[in-house]
Amino acid sequence: MAEVILDVQNLKTHFRTHQGIVKAVDGVSFKVHRGETYALVGESGSGKSVTCMTVMGLIGKKKDEVVTGDIYFKGTNLTRLSLEDRRRLRGKHMAIIFQDPMTSLNPVYTVGTQIAEMPIIHEGSDKKSAWQVAVEMLRKVGIPSPGDRARDYPHQFSGGMRQRGVIGMSLSLDPDLLIADEPTTALDVTIQAQILDLMKDLKDQTNAAIVMITHDLGVVAQIADHVGVMYAGTIVETADVRTLYKDPRHPYTRGLLNSIPKPGSKDRLEIIKGQPPDLHNVPKGCSFSPRCPYAHDRCQEAPPVVEVAPGHQVACWLMKEDQDHA
Amino acid sequence: MPDKPLIEVRGLKKHFPVKAPFLSGEKLLVKAVDGLDFNIYPGETLGLVGESGCGKSTTGRLLLRLLEPTQGQVFFEGQDLTALKQQTLKAMRRNFQMVFQDPYACLNPRLKVKDILNEPLATHHIDPKSRKKMILTLLEQVGIPKSYMDRYPHEFSGGQRQRIGIARALSLNPKFIVADEPVAALDVSIQAQILNLMKDLQQELNLTYLFIAHDLSVVQYISDRIGVMYLGQLVELTRTEKLFDNPSHPYTRVLLSAVPVPDPDHVYEASTIVKGEIPSPINPPSGCAFHPRCPHAMAVCSREKPVIKDIGDGHKVACHLY
Repeated sequence: MAEVILDVQNLKTHFRTHQGIVKAVDGVSFKVHRGETYALVGESGSGKSVTCMTVMGLIGKKKDEVVTGDIYFKGTNLTRLSLEDRRRLRGKHMAIIFQDPMTSLNPVYTVGTQIAEMPIIHEGSDKKSAWQVAVEMLRKVGIPSPGDRARDYPHQFSGGMRQRGVIGMSLSLDPDLLIADEPTTALDVTIQAQILDLMKDLKDQTNAAIVMITHDLGVVAQIADHVGVMYAGTIVETADVRTLYKDPRHPYTRGLLNSIPKPGSKDRLEIIKGQPPDLHNVPKGCSFSPRCPYAHDRCQEAPPVVEVAPGHQVACWLMKEDQDHA
Repeated sequence: MPDKPLIEVRGLKKHFPVKAPFLSGEKLLVKAVDGLDFNIYPGETLGLVGESGCGKSTTGRLLLRLLEPTQGQVFFEGQDLTALKQQTLKAMRRNFQMVFQDPYACLNPRLKVKDILNEPLATHHIDPKSRKKMILTLLEQVGIPKSYMDRYPHEFSGGQRQRIGIARALSLNPKFIVADEPVAALDVSIQAQILNLMKDLQQELNLTYLFIAHDLSVVQYISDRIGVMYLGQLVELTRTEKLFDNPSHPYTRVLLSAVPVPDPDHVYEASTIVKGEIPSPINPPSGCAFHPRCPHAMAVCSREKPVIKDIGDGHKVACHLY
């Protein structure tokens, strides 16, 4: 098996607010190997972005952001490192792409200058060779005449080109881990197809580990190797992508897959009743139980994580009971 | 298909002026909608899909005359809406309503739910005595507990707000509803709830929908017929099954194949990833607007604009291939 790049163990990110503690991430564990794409999928507020921001070290610096658990990056426990050491890792060894490419680019610098900053800051390159890196990266991500376009400002790029530029920037120092937080959500579907295609190509070239955050189950099916389904701050089911779509076990995963209209089918959508919980006030025990059609008394207690098949884990009492009966 | 259309759109155009470069003396126009002809029949859902900037929202607003068309007509039950005086139009408006995309922005934060639903009733002089009963019925129809009628919009989730938005659109018993991306802002599980609600209401109240969305799987689920727009024009219009079984315009094919399918074994045709970006509607390409990105472009495509024509059984396509 390939090298484990990222190993997150029992990660909790809680925010202290005036209304009480928000348990945005509440005990998340997952591993990502070199060359693998791991997708975190879930609805708004399920904690997928907070998980990744915590891994990157962008959350957890303020005193009302309480982070516990361990994050191992190539064997090093990041939670033990100083802020300065973590800053050195960011950009060079681990990079992140955000949803809105306009807000991750500085409007007053040219795109080329911003990409060239990476080798200058992290590797002490001179301006000339850094600029060459920038142009080369733009070429790699498919920007036509990259030498000229590097001198353009972000507003002169279209949405799809900006996201290409940001991807080029994030990969310019050949990171081991790339986190992509809804990288195609803001894009039109034909442009999304281009960007997903680009990401697949680049993954093969760079051999980085990728964590992809998305709410779109179609995108997950297209790009992920492994999937973790998040609900109210926990991973309720994790499996390889084929198993998750062909044999989903957690009632939430099943509900989610049944909620999407299938191409060519007009069968009535099965819905999950109710709505995701308020994170100030997460239901006791299994947080999905108030919406779950199979909920029973046991669900008042936190569900055990059951390995239903090698690599396929489900946090649900039903699985435990099935196993006990077998 | 019923013979008499509820809505007839004839040669509809909307051009917005934009600020020209300083001292250039040019007059620049965004041709947001550039010549549409189609009908909507009673009781059906016509889906309108396309990518950002293709003019689908503008079309929706033109149909309700929330925007004044530059050219062309919209007939509602045979009556030309574009020729009506404001007074008559206002009285007509109870027949056609709109559901908006952003359930946070479309409800007045200072009004209670009951007041939000009361507003259209008051505007159209419904007898005050019967209003309360009507409001209760509306809430029940959209699945909001009636005990919530004294609450403010911020106390509701996105999905519930969209239900309130739908209740408001239904309050005057309209015949026709334009729904502009009604589920785009909602999570998948909530999206399914709203789609099912809209389908149920349509059956119950015999509504006609124009359903505008960019998400093809959502549109195909709810629509009887689908129109595909590109740069202000309708490139294909046909029954939903036909559009998916036999997409005929090259743009429709590209659009369909670009949709990520929730099945890891789905095979994407690499050849269908379309190159390039959507051109600016200020300066659209000559001839067929899609020709610079089209894999089948011929010499004629850059010269002549294709006319939308019936290729059999009501399947309309605007392409020189046919």
